[in-house]
Amino acid sequence: MHNKTLAQISQDLQAGEYSSVEVTQHFLDRIKNLDGQYNSFITVTDELALTQAKAADELRAAGNANEWTGVPMAHKDIFCTDGVRTSCGSKMLDKFIAPYDSTVADNFNKVGAVSLGKTNMDEFAMGSSSESSFYGAVKNPWSEEHVPGGSSGGSAAAVAARLAPGITATDTGGSIRQPASFCGVTGIKPTYGRVSRFGMISYASSLDQGGPIARTAEDAAMMLNVMAGFDKKDSTSIERDVPDYRADLNKSMKGMTIGLPKEYFSKDLDPVMAQTIQDAIKEYEKMGATLKEISLPNTNLCVPAYYVIAPSECSANLSRMDGVRFGHRCEDPKDIEDLFKRSRSEGFGDEVQRRIMLGSYALSAGFYDAYYKKAQQVRRLIKNDFVAAFNDVDVIMSPVAPSPAFKFGEKSKDPVSMYLEDIYTLSTNLAGLPGMSIPAGMINDLPVGLQLIGNYFDESRLLNCAHQFQNATDWHTKTPTGLK
Amino acid sequence: MEWEVVIGLEIHAQLATKSKIFSGSSTEYGADANTQANIYDLGLPGVLPVFNEEALRMAVKFGLAIDAEIGMKSVFDRKNYFYPDSPKGYQITQLHEPIVGMGHIDIDLGEGKSRRINVTRAHLEEDAGKSVHEGFDGQSGIDLNRCGTPLIEIVSEPELRSSKEASAYFRKMQSIVMYLGICDGDLSQGSMRCDCNVSLRPKGQEEFGTRTEIKNVNSFKNVERAIEVEIERQMDILEDGGSIKQETRLFDADKNETRSMRSKEVENDYRYFPDPDLLPVIIDEEYVEAIRATLPELPEQKKARFEAEHGLSAYNASVLAANREMADYFEAAAGISGDYKMTANWVMGDLSAALNKNEISINEIPVSAEQLGAILKNVKGNDISNDGAKEVFNAIWQGKGSDVDQLIDQLGLKQVSDTSAIEAVVAQVLADNPKLVEGYLNTPEDKRAKAIGPFIGATRKAAKGVNPQVVMEVLKQKLNELG
Amino acid sequence: MSLDTNQVLAIADLARLQIDEKSITDFQTNLSNVLDLVDQLQAVDTNGVEPMAHPMDAVQRLRADVVTEVNQREKFQKIAPSTADGHYLVPKVVE
Repeated sequence: MHNKTLAQISQDLQAGEYSSVEVTQHFLDRIKNLDGQYNSFITVTDELALTQAKAADELRAAGNANEWTGVPMAHKDIFCTDGVRTSCGSKMLDKFIAPYDSTVADNFNKVGAVSLGKTNMDEFAMGSSSESSFYGAVKNPWSEEHVPGGSSGGSAAAVAARLAPGITATDTGGSIRQPASFCGVTGIKPTYGRVSRFGMISYASSLDQGGPIARTAEDAAMMLNVMAGFDKKDSTSIERDVPDYRADLNKSMKGMTIGLPKEYFSKDLDPVMAQTIQDAIKEYEKMGATLKEISLPNTNLCVPAYYVIAPSECSANLSRMDGVRFGHRCEDPKDIEDLFKRSRSEGFGDEVQRRIMLGSYALSAGFYDAYYKKAQQVRRLIKNDFVAAFNDVDVIMSPVAPSPAFKFGEKSKDPVSMYLEDIYTLSTNLAGLPGMSIPAGMINDLPVGLQLIGNYFDESRLLNCAHQFQNATDWHTKTPTGLK
Repeated sequence: MEWEVVIGLEIHAQLATKSKIFSGSSTEYGADANTQANIYDLGLPGVLPVFNEEALRMAVKFGLAIDAEIGMKSVFDRKNYFYPDSPKGYQITQLHEPIVGMGHIDIDLGEGKSRRINVTRAHLEEDAGKSVHEGFDGQSGIDLNRCGTPLIEIVSEPELRSSKEASAYFRKMQSIVMYLGICDGDLSQGSMRCDCNVSLRPKGQEEFGTRTEIKNVNSFKNVERAIEVEIERQMDILEDGGSIKQETRLFDADKNETRSMRSKEVENDYRYFPDPDLLPVIIDEEYVEAIRATLPELPEQKKARFEAEHGLSAYNASVLAANREMADYFEAAAGISGDYKMTANWVMGDLSAALNKNEISINEIPVSAEQLGAILKNVKGNDISNDGAKEVFNAIWQGKGSDVDQLIDQLGLKQVSDTSAIEAVVAQVLADNPKLVEGYLNTPEDKRAKAIGPFIGATRKAAKGVNPQVVMEVLKQKLNELG
Repeated sequence: MSLDTNQVLAIADLARLQIDEKSITDFQTNLSNVLDLVDQLQAVDTNGVEPMAHPMDAVQRLRADVVTEVNQREKFQKIAPSTADGHYLVPKVVE
C-alpha cells in the first residue's frame, strides 16, 4: 500500500479498495516501526489522524467525498497546526502548541486530507542537511551515513522511505529542491506569493515559499492544487487564479526551448554531475525539445546576496522568540535582560544564533545601505537576468546541487561550505521564480535531481516537464536499497 | 549668558479605528488585560500583518489638514528593539518614506496672537502594550491589549521656543485631530502622548545644543512643567560649564523633576529595514482628492470666519474655534439668540465656568444650544435681565424644567419694560423720598451718575422685574425735569 | 571583513544572545568568513537600481476596518511560560 502514489491512493479510496482508516493505520504503523531509523518525524499525531480518517470514511459513506477525502499526508513542522506542537525543529518551540492553523494546514483540513504528523527539519529552516534539528539529525533513506539535505530533510526522507505519500515543505534557498534531490523524490517551490505564508513560521519573509514534496510530478500537482491560492491574511500573497495543475501534465515537449545557463555548467561543476544532468536533459531532446545556451551573468552574486537578505530578515523574524508569551524560558531569570538572553541562547542552536548575529550586524547602524539595500538591488539584477532569459526559453534546467548527498559532519563545521551547497537553488528564491527538483540519475548509489526553473506562475509547465520526464524514465520509481 | 530654548515635539495620536492597524482585534479602551490581544498582537510564530485601510485614510486626512505633502508611496519599516511590551521584538513604523511629509500649523499664543510652526512629518506605526509594575509580587505584568493600535507620530520642527509655545502646539494638534474625527484626543487615556525634545543654545548661535528627550508626557500642564524643569536643569549644568548628555528622560510630576530612563540607555541601534511582510503603500491623486473632499472646516478657517462673519474678537474666535463641539454649540445658540457677541461671551464665560465647575465636557452639558439660544434671545429682547438669564440657565442645568418661556414665567423673571408703567412707579418713588431728591439736585452735574444709584434701588424694590435700563432712563429724565 | 571579540559580543548583545566564552572564537571566525563572502556585493554597481521588495513589485493590499477577532486569552495563555491575572509575567521592568 505504501508504494502507491498519492494519486493511486486517492483513486483506491474512491474505488473503495480500502478505507482511509486502513491506509492511515498502515502509514502510522510504518512510521512507528521504521522511523526510528530515519528520524524524519518530530511529532506523529496518531489519534488525530485516525479521527480524521474515520470522519473521512463516514463522509465517503454519505457520498460526500472528494479526491482528497481521507488521503494521508503530513506537514513540515514549520506549518502551524492548531492544537499540535509546531516546533520548527527548535528547542525554543519544543512546548509550542500552536493555537491556530496555518492557511496551508487549513486548506488540507478543508479538503478532508488526513495529517499523519509533523516532519523534522533544520532548526527554523536554516540549513542544508537537516543536522541542526533539536530533535536530532534526519537520516537519508538511501544511506545512513549521508544527510537527506535540508531544511525539509524530514519531508523528503519520509516520502523516500514511504512513510507518507506526500508532505508539505518550505523553500527559502533550496530547502525543498535540495532534499528532494538528495532523497530521490519530487519537489516544487512555487512562485513567491503563490502559496500563503500565513502560519508558516518565517525564516526570511521575502524568500520563504511553501510547496509539496511527493514521489511524482502528478502527486506534487495534486498537492499544489490544495496549497496554492490567494490569501488575504498574507500581504505578499498574489491575487491571481489558480489553474488545475494537473491539466497540462500530458502536454507534449515538442517545440519547447530549454535554457541551459552557462554559469551553472561551468568548469567548476563536477564532471560526473555534469554528465548525469546532461544525460537527463538529452531525454528532453528525445521528446522534441530544443536546447539553448543562456547566460545569467549575476549568478555569482546569488550566494552573497542571499546571505545578507536571509540572515537580516531572520534576525528580526526570530526576535519574537523572547521567552515572554510562548516558547522556551530560562530558569530563574534575574532580570528582563537575563530572561531575553538566556532564553534565546538556550532555545536556539548555533547555526540559528550565527544567522541572527550576521543579520543583526548587517542591519546595524551604518551598514543597512551597504548590505541589505545593496542585496535587494542585486536581487533585481538577478531577477532581470531571468526575465531576459525567459524571452528566449520556456524553461531553464540545471543541477540542483553541486553533488549528491554529502556525509554527516562533512559541512556542518564550516558554514561557508554549507552555504555554497545552495549555489544553484538560491537564484530562484531571490528572483521569486518557481523551481523544481525531479529524480534524474544516480551517482555512487545516491540519487541526483534535475532542477527545472520556470517563468513566474509557470508551475503548470514545470509539472508538465517533470511528468513527461517521469513517463519516459524510471528514476522516480527507484526505492532506497534495503527499504522495507 | 543668555540662552535660547529649542523645543521639538513628537506627538503620538491613536487613530480612532475600530480594529488594529495590522489585525482584526478591537481597539476599544479599558478591556480586561490581554482580552484584545490575539495571535497577531501577541506576535505568535507565523502570523502576518495586513494593513487597515481606515488607518491610511485617517493619516492622509491629517496630512491634508496640516497642508502637508502626502506620501504617494509610503513604506513600513521594522524598528528592532527588545522590550516585554513589544511582542515581535520590533515595531512596525515608517522611517524613510512616511505617509505625511512637511506641513505646518498655526499655534495660538493668546490675545489673538499666533505663530506658524512647521511639522517635519507624520508617520503611521503600531502602539506597544503596557507594563504593570504593581500587584504582581515583585514582577511586572504585561498587557498587550494596546499592541497594534494605530498611531500617527507627528514630528515638529525644532521651532518652539518656550514651554508655553510647546503646550499651545500640543493643544492645537489635539484640536485638529479631534476636528478631523481621527483621534478622540483623550490625554487621560493616553490617546495622545507627547515626547519633548529640549535643548539650549547661546542666543544668536545657529548650531543646536545637545538635546534630551522627555518621554510620554500626558497633559498640557505637564508638558509645560516638564519642559520648564528640564530647561532649568540644563541651564544649571551649562552655566556651571558642564555639558548635556543626550539621553531619554522621564518626567516625575510628583517630584516635579525629570530623570534619566535606565531602560532606554542601551537601546541605540534600531536596525531599521523595510518590513518584508508588508509591501509599499501606493495611493493616487484621486484617492487623495476624495479624502480632501471630506475635510471639515478646520479651527483656523473657523476662527477666521467667526471674526469676519460674526464680528468676534480674535481671542474669542480662537478660543471658540479650538474645540469643534464648542464651536458648533456656539453657532447653534447664536443662530437662535441673534446676537453672536453676546452668545460668545456667554459661552466663554458662564457656560465654560459651569462646565469646569462640574468637570464635564460640552458634549455632556444639560442645557442644549437651542435652550441657551432661547434664553439669550430673551435677554436681547430686554424681556429678561442677564441675571435672569443665569437663573433660567441654572434651572435647566438642575433639571427644574426645559421650556425657557415657561421657566421665565415660573421664576417671575419677566422684566417690565413698559415706560409708562415705570414712570408711575418712579413718580411715586420721587414723591416718597424728597430728601434724596434734594440731595441729588444739590449734587454737581458731573457726580450725579453715582447719586442716582439709591433711586434705582428704591424703584426696583417698589416694582420687581423692572428693566433696570429703562428705570435709569426714566429716572434721569424725571430728575432732570425737577432740576 | 573580520570581526574582533568585542564586536562579536556587541552584536550578541544587540541580538539578546548570550555567547559563552569558549564559543566566541568560533562565532568570530565563522561570522568573519561569511562577511568575506558577502562583501563581494560591494563591487557591484547598483546605481539607480530600485531595491526589490517583492518579485512582482506588488503593492500593499488594504484590509477593511472590521473587528474579526474574539477573546481567546485562555487558549493563548495556556502556552505561556508565566501568567497571572490575565497578564504575562516577567521580572520587574525598571523604567
